[in-house]
Amino acid sequence: MAEMKEAPAGAPMGVRLMTWLDNRFPTMFDEYRKHMSEYYAPKNFNFWYFFGSLALLVLVIQIVTGIFLTMHYKPDAASAFASVEYIMRDVPGGWIIRYMHSTGASAFFIVVYLHMYRGLLYGSYRKPRELVWIFGCAIFLCLMAEAFFGYLLPWGQMSYWGAQVIVNLFAAVPFIGPDLALLIRGDYVVGDATLNRFFAFHVIAVPLVLLGLVVAHILALHDVGSNNPDGVEIKAKKDARGIPLDGIPFHPYYSVHDTLGVAVFLLIFCAVMFFAPELGGYFLEYNNFIPANPLLTPPHIAPVWYFTPYYTILRATTDPMVNALCVIVAVAALFNLVKGKGSVAVRGGLLVGAIVLIALMKTFDAKFWGVVLMGGAVIILFFLPWLDQSPAKSIRYRPGWHKLVYGLFVLAFLILGYQGTQPAAPSGSLLERLSQLCTLIYFAFFLLMPWWSRMGTFKPVPERVTFSGH
Amino acid sequence: MKRMFIRLLAVGALFGSLAAWASEGGPLLDRFPKERVTDVAALQNGAKLFVNYCLNCHAAAAMRYNRLTDAVVGLTEEQIKANLVFAGEKVGEPMTVALQAKQGKDWFGAAPPDLSVIARSRSGGGGSGSDYLYTYLRAFYRDDTKATGWNNLVFPSVAMPHALWELQGQQRAVFAERADPHDPHATVHAFDHFEAITAGTLSKTEYDAAVADLVAYLQWMSEPAQNQRVRIGVWVLLFLALFTVIAWRLNAAFWKDVK
Repeated sequence: MAEMKEAPAGAPMGVRLMTWLDNRFPTMFDEYRKHMSEYYAPKNFNFWYFFGSLALLVLVIQIVTGIFLTMHYKPDAASAFASVEYIMRDVPGGWIIRYMHSTGASAFFIVVYLHMYRGLLYGSYRKPRELVWIFGCAIFLCLMAEAFFGYLLPWGQMSYWGAQVIVNLFAAVPFIGPDLALLIRGDYVVGDATLNRFFAFHVIAVPLVLLGLVVAHILALHDVGSNNPDGVEIKAKKDARGIPLDGIPFHPYYSVHDTLGVAVFLLIFCAVMFFAPELGGYFLEYNNFIPANPLLTPPHIAPVWYFTPYYTILRATTDPMVNALCVIVAVAALFNLVKGKGSVAVRGGLLVGAIVLIALMKTFDAKFWGVVLMGGAVIILFFLPWLDQSPAKSIRYRPGWHKLVYGLFVLAFLILGYQGTQPAAPSGSLLERLSQLCTLIYFAFFLLMPWWSRMGTFKPVPERVTFSGH
Repeated sequence: MKRMFIRLLAVGALFGSLAAWASEGGPLLDRFPKERVTDVAALQNGAKLFVNYCLNCHAAAAMRYNRLTDAVVGLTEEQIKANLVFAGEKVGEPMTVALQAKQGKDWFGAAPPDLSVIARSRSGGGGSGSDYLYTYLRAFYRDDTKATGWNNLVFPSVAMPHALWELQGQQRAVFAERADPHDPHATVHAFDHFEAITAGTLSKTEYDAAVADLVAYLQWMSEPAQNQRVRIGVWVLLFLALFTVIAWRLNAAFWKDVK
């Protein structure tokens, strides 16, 4: 046992209490120092760095409001819709709790999308932060699952038919698809069994995983240290005490800084929550105020806005799109055979692989490949640390035209998102071609990154971060 | 610091512009006079019309009678009992009806939907849910080809006959052949105007006002907390604005020694 510390004689009550605690639970003090008062973060964070702590804030909002909603919500197909209206009317303060939760769901995706884009801008996923990024991508996956399961619970028309559409996607998987969809639904159509299991996933299974991943994400981050807008490793330059020259303690500097971020965020959040909780049908879909009706398919089933880019990728994958993909795969394999590096055996093997892939693409339904692309659009994010080969981490020191590439990617993502909120474009129309073009841009951005991210003239990266006092 | 605020504002603007993203157009809707949702007299009259004309086939199962004591409607429990409860329900009970969904389906071809949140569900397209209802309840016309003898311009072949016909009177729709904007050789059969057949007990202006009151009530009933929500929201935003200023100065005070 470690030696017991003694508070100085006549010390105030607070000091004596802290000494008492320190003798019995020193971990508390060690962890506080490690993650707060002696965690050195770069001093040049800009506004992009608010979104990490904001995501944590929204997570807390969702958990706390979720607990209170669970007290009054009934996961039963016959009473779910009415129990939500009961919360909105008869539970004191229920409408505030429910709007916090529904606005929080969308806010979560907004801050997480911006948080991820920050990583992209400044190369935050690059060595040695690959695991931080991978944990983050897993969090994003969990978040999507959490949002999807949660969206069924109000048991409105969009809840019901959205779930029907997404679960049916699993039925497109070759061989096991129909059984897989049945396993997920627990019934032949979305019904009470589906609602009950989605409730279980939404309130306990996924949140548990999510919380574990969030802890891993933060611990891994604090082990390697934060990146910054210059992409400079601050640990490379330390003072005599071993503290990074460009680092400042997280507490109080960033705790007070993030408080400002929280204030501005809450201003926007509350403006939506109190004055436009439906946000024009984007945060709460109008059709979801009609109770679920298994016999009445709505003419236009739109997922909530945060899933729409991926939904458009799914819808864009038609037979002509699969043909185009076959051509792209064939051209890439042939180009690699003629011009690629690596031994003849490897290049030949890749060509054979490409031929097999093309054969598979023509064997299975386009719908299945749509599901593959939709899933692939998220999974591809996991590989970003190795796809990005740029000599400079931060966009600041990359060639100017890289910004245009990023801009094109963002534009494609926004167009995909907007198209997903609209009824499906007519087959063969220009709008459909646009969605297919944006899908190709989305994937080309990542898959061609090993080449384009190395091209161009890079600016010299400074040794220290750029910062001017406020 | 200043640049950061500008950027945050830009993010906020982006957030707001999501709302402005209009969806595709539906039929042209008349604008519901919004101010009636906070007008006590309008809401009371709307509640009266609702229990007399709607609450026979349509339920509002999420709405309790005594919610009408909310400040914005301003009725007392005695007034509710004396004027609005007809079948001996208690004032704390929800607004249900004896008509069963199956009967509705047999008699009209469709079960009359519950109206608790109808105003919220009809938003989108050409306007808010109240715009839709305000136009819909004024757009019934005589059509002998339909089983009920009624049709509606906003909801073609609607199953509901015109429940307010005694108030509005009967009208017929006059259609005209117009040039098709997409095809110079074709014409489209488009609605031109309504023509009165018989007068109702209310004049056109009075009828429009009565429907506006009814829709105000439906809009309020779809979210009884809506007026309270906006009222509290103002104070929350004022507090947060103050908090933001304090957080901003606090941040500046701490960061002034970071060189």
